[in-house]
Amino acid sequence: MKIVVCIKQVPDTKGGVKFNPDGTLDRAAMLAIMNPDDKAGLEAALRIKDETGAEVTVVTMGLPKAEDALREALAMGADKAVLVTDRCLGGADTWATSSTVAAALKMMEYDLIITGRQAIDGDTAQVGPQIAEHLGLPVISYAEGLTIEGDSVIVKRQYEDRYHEIKAKMPCLVTALSELNVPRYMTPGGIFDAYDEKEVTVWSRADLGENLRDEDMGLAGSPTKIAKASDKVRKGAGEKVVLDPTESVAYIMGKLKEKHVI
Amino acid sequence: MDFTLTKKHEMARTLFKEFAETEVKPLAQEVDETEVFPAETVAKMAKAGFMGIPVPKAYGGQGCDPLTYVMCVEELSKVCGTTGVIVSAHTSLCIDPILTYGTEEQKQKFVAPLAKGEKLGAFALTEPGAGTDAQGAQTKAVLDGDEWVLNGSKCFITNGKVGDVYIVIAITSVTEDKRGRKKKNFSAFIVEKGTPGFSFGTKEKKMGIRGSSTYELIFEDCRIPKENLLGPEGKGFPIAMHTLDGGRIGIAAQALGIAEGALERTIEYTKERKQFGRTIAQQQNTQFKLADMSARIEAAKLLVYKAAMAKATQKVYSVEAATAKLYAAETAMAVTTEAVQLFGGYGYIREYDVERMMRDAKITEIYEGTSEVQRMVISGALLK
Repeated sequence: MKIVVCIKQVPDTKGGVKFNPDGTLDRAAMLAIMNPDDKAGLEAALRIKDETGAEVTVVTMGLPKAEDALREALAMGADKAVLVTDRCLGGADTWATSSTVAAALKMMEYDLIITGRQAIDGDTAQVGPQIAEHLGLPVISYAEGLTIEGDSVIVKRQYEDRYHEIKAKMPCLVTALSELNVPRYMTPGGIFDAYDEKEVTVWSRADLGENLRDEDMGLAGSPTKIAKASDKVRKGAGEKVVLDPTESVAYIMGKLKEKHVI
Repeated sequence: MDFTLTKKHEMARTLFKEFAETEVKPLAQEVDETEVFPAETVAKMAKAGFMGIPVPKAYGGQGCDPLTYVMCVEELSKVCGTTGVIVSAHTSLCIDPILTYGTEEQKQKFVAPLAKGEKLGAFALTEPGAGTDAQGAQTKAVLDGDEWVLNGSKCFITNGKVGDVYIVIAITSVTEDKRGRKKKNFSAFIVEKGTPGFSFGTKEKKMGIRGSSTYELIFEDCRIPKENLLGPEGKGFPIAMHTLDGGRIGIAAQALGIAEGALERTIEYTKERKQFGRTIAQQQNTQFKLADMSARIEAAKLLVYKAAMAKATQKVYSVEAATAKLYAAETAMAVTTEAVQLFGGYGYIREYDVERMMRDAKITEIYEGTSEVQRMVISGALLK
């Protein structure tokens, strides 16, 4: 069995969010991590590998430094890694991203593709399902449980108030929630292997060939146009009152009623 | 000469730091307070591969270098000195001598389960009457048929009772030189927990590293198989000394970590604590103190990493190890003492980590060779 996990390197919000003067994210100034939903997807794949001996490949599209996220995946136990990187692919929205990643996937063998539900920087949740659409595969999103049964996957799909258990024949695509599992740590030996033994294959635009149309890639191939990006608008200082505990409870309750919160 | 860490070492540090912050730091205060050995953390470290970092993969280890191992002990010790020494004693004092001096059978039998963390290791040299002066030791081993019979006791043994495999140094003969002076000849043995005649005495109540399990070991007609002799008979003393050379690098890393942890806490605190209308970090005395602490730590770090690299590339690294341990241990003591001072009254309260760190730091100047012993090693080489 072959599993491909699509991952994204995203800014680590723990270290604080930093912006360029034009309002876009200053990615260079922020620490980078593997997107949490993607990491859960990778863990799900590695658990299937532990049980069945499946081969796990990770793929990402991004800047050359996204290689670090791939090395982390290799250090956790992934077998192969592919980095799709090229200047002409930059500025991609979800359409251009999914078109590009799907083009890479067309060149790979897979029974199951796992992506994260969404990335913490964009929060669109569109790329996974779009990849499935490009490849003509069934998609099950929001997986909080994932098991393999013969040639099928059984996915526990999360809703706000319930879940569905869905069985689908492979090949198919599943988008993973970070609630799916607790990802394993890398191992020290895994890290050494990731750098000394394993390789990251790098594909440029040219390598993708006719699998990707020029009009579907990069900034020019992105239908999404961002009019403006801005930091959160600061609210006023609020109101400070000093009251004893009994009075303050009554005061807060009054305010909440006044604003129709309760 | 390049002081930049490779990408794989940087990534290893990221791993150790994340593990320490997530799994170890939340328990550090409780481990100290209750003096309970952190067995669950050790199980997690085993799963993450931390119990056999510098061990070849062929023997169940991670196949990494001494520098990676040293960074692991350092990062663990930044948040918990107890957890740091558990890994250090296990790796440097138990696995390392078996790897260095063991037969292929001994390596297969003992190293693999130790490196996977299925078993925990310890090392026993010190006796009530023999610390720095190892010739004062009393524990004896006598060959009787196919077995060695051990009698005596060892004290202050890290990972005592929780450990499964013990390297025990015992006298196997006494010879006289030309002038008629008696000399004890030692041998090293591998002793497994559960061997009849091997029991545990008092659990020590300590000033610091209180979650580490420190026990007295008692041998009463303890019979161990002949094949558990480690290295040649009569070579126990050089084996012990060489083992301690490696161990000292681990303890130096522990001391370094404790010092770094204390500096981190102090920087956070001095930026928040206000006196005379401004933070104490804005006051020059604090700034100078922090700079001194940082400079000492940086020097200690270079010595510790240099010693780790020496272990990877040189046969003999006694002086590098002694220098690193001497300087890192004294740095840990100085930095933690200064940290407590900068915290003021709060520094003396157990709720704040620096109080524990100052207590933990002290032992690094004592065990695996006191600072005085390190000075003997260094000056011995200088005056040779």
